Amino acid sequence: MTTLVKPITSLGRAVRLRITGLGEFARFLATILARSGLVFRRPGLVSQQIHFIGNYSLLIIAVSGLFVGFVLGLQGYYTLNRYGSEEALGLLVALSLTRELGPVVTALLFAGRAGTSLTAEIGLMKAGEQISAMEVMAVDPFRRVLVPRFWGGVIAMPILAAVFSMVGIIGGWVVGVLLIGIDPGAFWSQMQNGVDVFNDIANGVLKSVVFGVAVTLIALYEGWNAKPTPEGVARATTRTVVNGALVVLGLDFLLTALMFS
Amino acid sequence: MTREKTDFWVGLFVLLGIIALVFLALRAGNLSSFSFAPTYQVQARFDNIGGLKVRAPVKSSGVVVGRVAAVAFDNKRYQALVTLDLQKQYQFDDETSASILTSGLLGEQYVGLTPGGSDKMLAQGSKIKYTQSAIVLEELISKFLYSTASKQGNSSTPAK
Repeated sequence: MTTLVKPITSLGRAVRLRITGLGEFARFLATILARSGLVFRRPGLVSQQIHFIGNYSLLIIAVSGLFVGFVLGLQGYYTLNRYGSEEALGLLVALSLTRELGPVVTALLFAGRAGTSLTAEIGLMKAGEQISAMEVMAVDPFRRVLVPRFWGGVIAMPILAAVFSMVGIIGGWVVGVLLIGIDPGAFWSQMQNGVDVFNDIANGVLKSVVFGVAVTLIALYEGWNAKPTPEGVARATTRTVVNGALVVLGLDFLLTALMFS
Repeated sequence: MTREKTDFWVGLFVLLGIIALVFLALRAGNLSSFSFAPTYQVQARFDNIGGLKVRAPVKSSGVVVGRVAAVAFDNKRYQALVTLDLQKQYQFDDETSASILTSGLLGEQYVGLTPGGSDKMLAQGSKIKYTQSAIVLEELISKFLYSTASKQGNSSTPAK
């Protein structure tokens, strides 16, 4: 009898834990949003976080964007050349960057560059009992620690994605026009004819905002719930990258299906 | 780092983001083709518009003179009703004919305007009388096949 009951019980527990975790995550988001009034009262805290999350990620984002643009230019030319339509290279580079690669690759890099540091910082604050100390001093750690970091991440992410797309298009231009020798007029005019401001660019920006919320929230949540030990913080940091990347890819599929179908 | 310095770098960062967005919208996107010049609307009925889409260009002699504002189906005449936004600076007479053309062999479809010889000009809300539908490749091929088939049939019948 127990051989039958035990697996069913463990299955039930697993499902219950998943659902509870999801609920806690949603409550975490709701609490942050409810206490976001601080953003307007002390904007300096948010700008400090934008500086930490955004400015320091700029270099890796710009360099990655440039090289993604290079590669898109080379690979796109290889395929388009077969059909004799090399001029469409600009369109191919711009569409793939603004619709997909810009937001998604930026979000993945963002999870690795900024998400991990957020998680480790908050986890170590917890391990060093700084959070408890704040509570003792009647400072709300949610408001003082989490809210500025959340909004910093949400604001920085779309900016980084836009920079990624811009640098990527310039990279595609360098390879396509300067190296391969495609006619620059055709390169830009095909791009402008094919890329729609609302359909492609605005939807890409919307995607990057959603990814920014998701990645920042996961990073904060993992840090907040990390075990206050060195091992616990290490695991939480790993979970931030893994969960962040998976959620970004899953959300990307959902958003693409909703926006572009 | 002092507050002032942080704010300066954040300001630069945000500025860079705005520049990137403007670059995407103007250089890569089609925002620069949105014209805010005053327009007037005319309508045209087509039997078949093919793949014509809203915001497709309206050209005359190859120059863009307007955009397709709306595409609707007229349920009384069973025809497509296309509304065109033409720029005020370009005036056409009311015998102008509109046809749906394709740029290149596989390119996008646009509306071509060919002026007629009348003295009256098209105004806001007027209708274009002469229209030519889009050429549908399948119809063209089937017409061609039927005509060759009937020719072959004719040439073989005299044997009776």
